[in-house]
Amino acid sequence: MSDWLSDLIFWIAVAAILFGLRRQRIFWTVGALGLLLVFNQFFTPGFFHLQVLDGHLYGSRIDVLNQGAKVMLLSLGMVLVIATGGVDLSVGAVMAIAAAVSSRLLVTQHLPAGVAIAVALGVSVLAGAWNGLLVAGFGIQPIVATLVLMVAGRGIAQLITEGQIINFLDPTMVYLGNGHLFGLPFTLTLVIVMLLLTHFLVRRTALGLFIESVGDNDEASRYSGINAKQVKFLVYTFSGLCAGLAGLVACSNIKSADANNIGLYLELDAILAVVVGGTSLQGGRFYLVGAVVGGLFIQTLTTTFYAKNVSSDIAPVPKALVIIAVCLLQSEVFRTRFARVLSPIEKFLKPVGSWLPRHLPTTARHDSPKS
Amino acid sequence: MPPLLEIAGLSKSFPGVKALDAVDLAVQAGEIHALMGENGAGKSTLIKVLTGVFPRDAGETRLSGKEIAPKSPREAEALGISTVYQEVNLIPHLSVAENICIGRQPTWIGTVRWGAIAKRARAALARLDLSLDVNRQLSSYSIAIQQMVAIARALDVSAKLLILDEPTSSLDKTEVDELFKKLRILRQDGLGIIFITHFLDQVYEITDSITVLRNGCRVGCFATKELPRINLVSHMIGRNLGQVEALEQTRASTATIRSETPMLEARAMGKKGSIQPLDLDIRPGEVVGLAGLLGSGRTETARLLFGIDNPDQGTIRINNQPVKFRSPRTAIRYRIALTPEDRKVAGVIPSLTVRENIVLALQASRGSWRRLSIVEQEKLADRFIKSLGIKTPSREQIVRNLSGGNQQKVLLARWLATEPKLFILDEPTRGIDVGAKAEIEKLIQSLRQDGLAVLFISSELEEVVRQSQRVVVLRDRRKVDELTEAAISEQAIMESIASHSSERPEA
Amino acid sequence: MTRLNPKYIPLVATAVVLVAVFGTGSALYPNFGTPRVFVNLLNDNAFVGVAAIGESFVILSGGIDLSVGSMVAFVGILIAKLLQVGCDPFLAMGIALCAGTFAGAVMGCLIYFFEMPPFLVTLAGLFCLRGLGFVIYPESIGIDHPFYAQVLPQLSILVAPKAVLPFTAMCFLASVLVGTFIASFTRFGRNVYAIGSNENSARLMGLPIAQTKILTYALAGFFSAAGGVVATFYMQSGNPASFVGLELDAIASVVIGGTLLTGGVGFIPGTLMGVLILGLIQTLINFNGTLNSWWTKIVIGVLLLIFIVLQKLISRRAVTQL
Repeated sequence: MSDWLSDLIFWIAVAAILFGLRRQRIFWTVGALGLLLVFNQFFTPGFFHLQVLDGHLYGSRIDVLNQGAKVMLLSLGMVLVIATGGVDLSVGAVMAIAAAVSSRLLVTQHLPAGVAIAVALGVSVLAGAWNGLLVAGFGIQPIVATLVLMVAGRGIAQLITEGQIINFLDPTMVYLGNGHLFGLPFTLTLVIVMLLLTHFLVRRTALGLFIESVGDNDEASRYSGINAKQVKFLVYTFSGLCAGLAGLVACSNIKSADANNIGLYLELDAILAVVVGGTSLQGGRFYLVGAVVGGLFIQTLTTTFYAKNVSSDIAPVPKALVIIAVCLLQSEVFRTRFARVLSPIEKFLKPVGSWLPRHLPTTARHDSPKS
Repeated sequence: MPPLLEIAGLSKSFPGVKALDAVDLAVQAGEIHALMGENGAGKSTLIKVLTGVFPRDAGETRLSGKEIAPKSPREAEALGISTVYQEVNLIPHLSVAENICIGRQPTWIGTVRWGAIAKRARAALARLDLSLDVNRQLSSYSIAIQQMVAIARALDVSAKLLILDEPTSSLDKTEVDELFKKLRILRQDGLGIIFITHFLDQVYEITDSITVLRNGCRVGCFATKELPRINLVSHMIGRNLGQVEALEQTRASTATIRSETPMLEARAMGKKGSIQPLDLDIRPGEVVGLAGLLGSGRTETARLLFGIDNPDQGTIRINNQPVKFRSPRTAIRYRIALTPEDRKVAGVIPSLTVRENIVLALQASRGSWRRLSIVEQEKLADRFIKSLGIKTPSREQIVRNLSGGNQQKVLLARWLATEPKLFILDEPTRGIDVGAKAEIEKLIQSLRQDGLAVLFISSELEEVVRQSQRVVVLRDRRKVDELTEAAISEQAIMESIASHSSERPEA
Repeated sequence: MTRLNPKYIPLVATAVVLVAVFGTGSALYPNFGTPRVFVNLLNDNAFVGVAAIGESFVILSGGIDLSVGSMVAFVGILIAKLLQVGCDPFLAMGIALCAGTFAGAVMGCLIYFFEMPPFLVTLAGLFCLRGLGFVIYPESIGIDHPFYAQVLPQLSILVAPKAVLPFTAMCFLASVLVGTFIASFTRFGRNVYAIGSNENSARLMGLPIAQTKILTYALAGFFSAAGGVVATFYMQSGNPASFVGLELDAIASVVIGGTLLTGGVGFIPGTLMGVLILGLIQTLINFNGTLNSWWTKIVIGVLLLIFIVLQKLISRRAVTQL
């Protein structure tokens, strides 16, 4: 199949998705990703090159999907935590713990991969529950509470690996991060399954409603009979599970568990993915798919830098600028102060999407005073 | 000689609300001037505009005859207007001395002189006839002392006008006496004092004149000695002529389906510092009104009945079964519903949709797993949007964008969906327009006819009179009277509230 | 009998921990309790310590600064590069300190004017400074300027037999003094406490919120940059990839030093003790030989937890007292 034909099909698909999402909030996240891809189409030779080897697809876009899996998995848990108005800084450390536990059981205890994975996930859930206990049970601020595990977690992981980098060759573990299913990386399947599972968990039950309600107005939720503590405990626990999965993928990618470096700074990428995905750091409404697309966006950005031979070390700078830009757009003060500049843009964009218009201060929001 | 402070035609609007409408106020030097009014009357807004927290829309302010327009509390302070707020707005972790002097500490080439600070703080306290260990942390002292420290801070800048915003609401009797002694000293010194409170006894004990505000307008300015209590109460909460015509006179009929066994029976239920033990029965098919001034314990009673606070004495029985509420969730299990006084803080979930807000309580009582399907949710929402006449472009509208009256209806819908047996309505008509008000009143009557027990709390007496079969009157955090049927009248309620009692709250 | 002021409880706890750790070390190892070990402790932790002073101010004001590690690395490579191209060492240090202060002020402005969460803004700062360090030079540069090689080693004081207080340690102690002075004896310092304790009250009391907040982050930037300068003295090189995660050490030192993470309570000398505790644990583990370095992280995490829970209990008791 010639490249231009596959590109054409790809772009038609992108355009169709964007059109389909034109009234959704995640239009902007997907749009940003699309713009990044357009840039690559023209300025990064070979970015769009796809090739089939042994029935498996290879290419930069496939790499993005594979490499981005970790952040996408993390963002699934993080988006729920942020929706309750909290944040989980410990996910990177929990990733390291999960990697350490699984590889240790696999290599030194010679347990089957299934058991190793199950135990690693169990430990991650416990780690998440610990955060949930501190936040919901003791009422400690989320940043502070999760900082404890962020500091100690890596030490625990090193304790488990005894400071070694444990290499493994177990086919099941290696498959997790490197295998292919239906010609595509297995990690993609994993992300999709987790996305569907999370979606089911929060949107097919009333949990999603409760999470948004607690994040938006904690007190009113309590008055309505919602068990806010339970909700908070659950989201931190779930975030632990997601971090565990991401940790397994991360160590499988490199076929070894390096407690020092696995998941380093990934908590920041996950928060960024959630914010880029349209969920406000203040809590409330959350966008699951947005968070996953946000993760993809960040990975694409990183991969673009690799492709353009920009040192991976400089890559953080544009990431930082993206954080600031997105947060400025979410900042009430910024929007009020620059309403004059933003409103023409708003008018211009009104037919296209609905995110900016709906969130610009068209109706002033002032709390009426109390006497 | 011009008055110390003269405010003329001051107006201030917030989106959707006219908080102050051409208000006048004059305070003389050497007088204590009470500023009275119920919630939403505009007292706080007036103070905040005066001290530069909010900008004004219209009107002028003169201090000692000179036009002023402070843009911040700091500027107001420099002009000689100092404020002490209800919740002590000091820094609990710092020492007493520092709290008095922070922001204007004496320095020596940039170095804070701690010795001088302590001296100055002691001097400021001495003016109030107080001697404290000024180096101790502020939070180690009682609220009453903290209040005094706040006044000392206010006086430390040569203040001409001192504003006290409900300074006594968390003080006990001896503490109030102590405070009043200090205020008399300051009055002697020629200070003008604006005193905001909702305790009538205190107004009559200490103030020289009274300005009453209501719904952002000035009702009048009176000399305290010449204003009988009953008239003051009437000015604050009595018949409001403008609204009577708009509201249908639906004085509840006395012949109602009413079961004699109470749905809820509270005996000697009370909580220290919140409400003194009281008895309260509410029968099915009956509206019980809870009347009293702001701060009389109305909301506190509701909170105990809904499990938000836990009573430390007495019993509550529901259908003759003794119950203990540990949280709203337990109360909801007994089919109790409550719409809170403060819709914004404890009521609506602002960024969720009308539909989600309506189904919230019902869903919460079903738990996370037994989710109402979208179709059921939509049906429920549509039903209530129609039956309560909620004006919204669609059921997917974000609640924040609705008017106050419609937000209140959404809250009512949220609870009606749970089919409650007892409905506690805390100020359901505050801050909403007359039309919506009439609709909500009608709704309450139809609920009663359906056999619900209703506890109705309102600052507007005529409303309580119109709605209730029984009225419980609260004053200074205790039950002072209970009126039934024919005995219910505005006059009777006002008399109960105004009746002088030598006792003071022991909050 | 005067009751212990509750704000001193964490500080006392810090002192107790410090004495306990030091006592344990001295009891276990004969060489542990010597002045030399102590001087080395100050030397090895000087750059963390200086940066932690800045972090103390931010935490006292109720915020958090995550950009510390990147700032130290950035300043290190900046100075190394400037020296390589023949810049005067004092000018290079001046430039570095200005750059750090400026970066801090920019973060402070974003936090104050747009009401953005401090952890997010300083996170962006972390990314930016880390990346900018690599822009300056992507690899480690050794410093062989005569000032570093010959003058610095002579700037030391013999405090006890076989115990030389090096210049880095002096910088650390000087920073503690300067920080204590700013926190306790300037209006700005007191305003930081007030804002951290209750921002709303501080506003109603007429304190300058904007100026104080922005200045706090600028000051933190300055101290972080100073930490970077001290790090060049210590390492004799600059490396843009170094000091990853230093911000966590700084935050942990501040909290273990008895400063309330929610702001408003704490003392700069407490931070000194916090840094020393962290350093002592490290030293203790090194002395042991069989224990491994990861225990440091775990012990720090546990200490952090203890102090956070302790603070929570104290503040809860304070609330019930009202």
